Amino acid sequence: MTQILSDDAVGSQVEKRRPIEKEAQVFVASQWQLMWWRFTSHKVAMFSGVVVILIYMVALFAEFLAPYEPDAVNSRLLYAPPQTLYLFDSMQGGKFGLHVYGFKSTVDPKAGRRIFTVDLTQKIEIGLFVKGHEYKLFGLIPMDVHLIGPKDPDQMMYLLGADRLGRDMLSRMIYGTRISMSIGLLGVVISLVLGVLLGGISGFYGGLVDNLIQRIIEFLRSIPTIPLWMGLAAALPMNWPPERIYFGITIIISLIGWTGLARVVRGRFLAMREEEFVMAAELDGASELRIIMRYMVPSFLSHIIASTTLAIPAMILAETSLSFLGLGLRPPVVSWGTLLQDAQSVRAVLQAPWQLWPAAAVILSVLALNFLGDGLRDAADPYSR
Amino acid sequence: MLRYIGWRVLLMIPTLFVISIVSFAVIQLPPGDFLTSYVAGISARGETIDEAEIQALRNAYGLGQPMYVQYFKWMSGVLRGDFGQSFTWRVSVSALIWDRVWLTILVSFVTLMFTWIVAFPIGVYSAVRQYSLLDYVFTFIGFIGVAVPSFLLALILMVFAYAQFNMSVGGLFSPQFQDAPWSWAKVVDLMQHIWIPVIVLGLNGTASLIRIMRANLLDELNKPYVVTARAKGQSEFKLLLRYPVRAALNPFVSTLGWTLPQLVSGSTIVAVVLSLPLTGPMMLQALVSQDMYLAGSFILILSALTVVGTLISDILLAWLDPRIRLDKIG
Repeated sequence: MTQILSDDAVGSQVEKRRPIEKEAQVFVASQWQLMWWRFTSHKVAMFSGVVVILIYMVALFAEFLAPYEPDAVNSRLLYAPPQTLYLFDSMQGGKFGLHVYGFKSTVDPKAGRRIFTVDLTQKIEIGLFVKGHEYKLFGLIPMDVHLIGPKDPDQMMYLLGADRLGRDMLSRMIYGTRISMSIGLLGVVISLVLGVLLGGISGFYGGLVDNLIQRIIEFLRSIPTIPLWMGLAAALPMNWPPERIYFGITIIISLIGWTGLARVVRGRFLAMREEEFVMAAELDGASELRIIMRYMVPSFLSHIIASTTLAIPAMILAETSLSFLGLGLRPPVVSWGTLLQDAQSVRAVLQAPWQLWPAAAVILSVLALNFLGDGLRDAADPYSR
Repeated sequence: MLRYIGWRVLLMIPTLFVISIVSFAVIQLPPGDFLTSYVAGISARGETIDEAEIQALRNAYGLGQPMYVQYFKWMSGVLRGDFGQSFTWRVSVSALIWDRVWLTILVSFVTLMFTWIVAFPIGVYSAVRQYSLLDYVFTFIGFIGVAVPSFLLALILMVFAYAQFNMSVGGLFSPQFQDAPWSWAKVVDLMQHIWIPVIVLGLNGTASLIRIMRANLLDELNKPYVVTARAKGQSEFKLLLRYPVRAALNPFVSTLGWTLPQLVSGSTIVAVVLSLPLTGPMMLQALVSQDMYLAGSFILILSALTVVGTLISDILLAWLDPRIRLDKIG
């Protein structure tokens, strides 16, 4: 921004009226406005932001989006492969109409398992906004409409295949989004509280307290996290109900994950303490709390938001890893990690490669959150450069 | 320099102390006392256990006595090389773990070397030829490397190798060498197997190191001294290696401190997927069967070794860069 102030920019004011107007806008724009401009110029981050919002929408509207309940089993269609969704019916002269084809199953005596072949005579009509099982949206509004599904609710549709109990992979993945993404969010909130509190204390008071907290952070960063997570997660009693396990795992993950946020907060506090406006407030007789809340926090809030976004993917990966090993969430709970537990061996993956779909969901959300966080971090300091 | 080393070693002592307490806490976490479940397990199999033996074990671990006594008894055993008893294997922990610990150190070390050797030239290339096609390719691979958890990569690689080449890529040794004593042939066999875990484990670290090297070097390349050197007619290659690369190398070396914990952490889970004879699978098994002395010892040893590794890297860094050793003490 300093370049704009130079003499020849002012000199060319007459010829280039429009850009100057835009520059004038820059001078009067609020901090958040500048950040938004900076952020929108980062196209990948913008796109990732949309993807992240979509993923959270999936988590929010899981019941509506999923064709089936996550634990609806079908004993005749174990490991049914994914069906192709056809838009036009070639047999009826290309008439429009969503449909999939059913399966003929034969038992392979050698391998001792069912083999599915597509049965072209068995057409299953698919509709949008069809009636299916009943559910309560947000746990409040009773509904039975689903975004997509077979028009006859008794028939099955497996767009992403079925697992070992004939459960629909797509539905399970959609429900898994809720658990996996919310663990990331909840974990980050806990880490944020810990990080801001301890990092803030560390940076504001300095001295002995700072030293102590810094040693703790260094300690936590210098030990390998997965073995420690495993040890702590294994200690959760087997007979706990799923919700309690869920909170237990979240707390374990965030107990170790807060250090990164604490470092950012502390660094900001240290830098900010030296700023003139803080000293001015101090001389003005403002209380400590007022200095922190009114002057310091607003000026590093954007950094905190960016760091928080960057911390979520690590949480998601931690949950996935722990559940994959069988030490995290346990099977009646559906998360991407517990779904991947079924795809643990080469044999299982070769038999039903579609069991790896949750991995794609993990990678997509981690990538999107990383890019979004990068974009936010760049935008967080609109006065730089 | 000696003062710096001494100071760093002193700093390490409280860290090791905290590690031992955390490991002890993990051992103590499962409800109930492990001896009771051990005895129950043995009687469930229809065997009997001598009352005197139970009493001896009870005394050895200070069970029923206050926590700090139990901690002290365990710790004094650890310092003498006795990590306690594994109740599922019914041998002492130290008889089980060392083979696996050494292999873990070996795999981590080789991976670290691999990461460096690959990341350094690619990072330099990406910075010098910024926005070239290859730079974009490496950037893309880098982002994938960060987003794909290593255990998934291992799984995908295993499936791919099996489906395409009908090759089984798990393990670190061929079956005939599994239990054989160390020999030259076994080392060769190890070398033939080690590259898959090394690549799987290394991808993540390599990806971030490339980004760091690229960013560092890009910062340096725009500095006036580079322009000066170029104006003086120095050849581009010599100019690059003599000044900016050297300056960019420092932050690169300092990343060692956090890549090591990450590597050990990642190897735990990758070893489970690839069924490598490292610490991971045995630790997982120990945790599932609540064989807590075994599991706690793994946490203790892995953490302590990581801290020692970080110390070595810090000393190396201080040796490379005098600013660090002066700055930290003063």
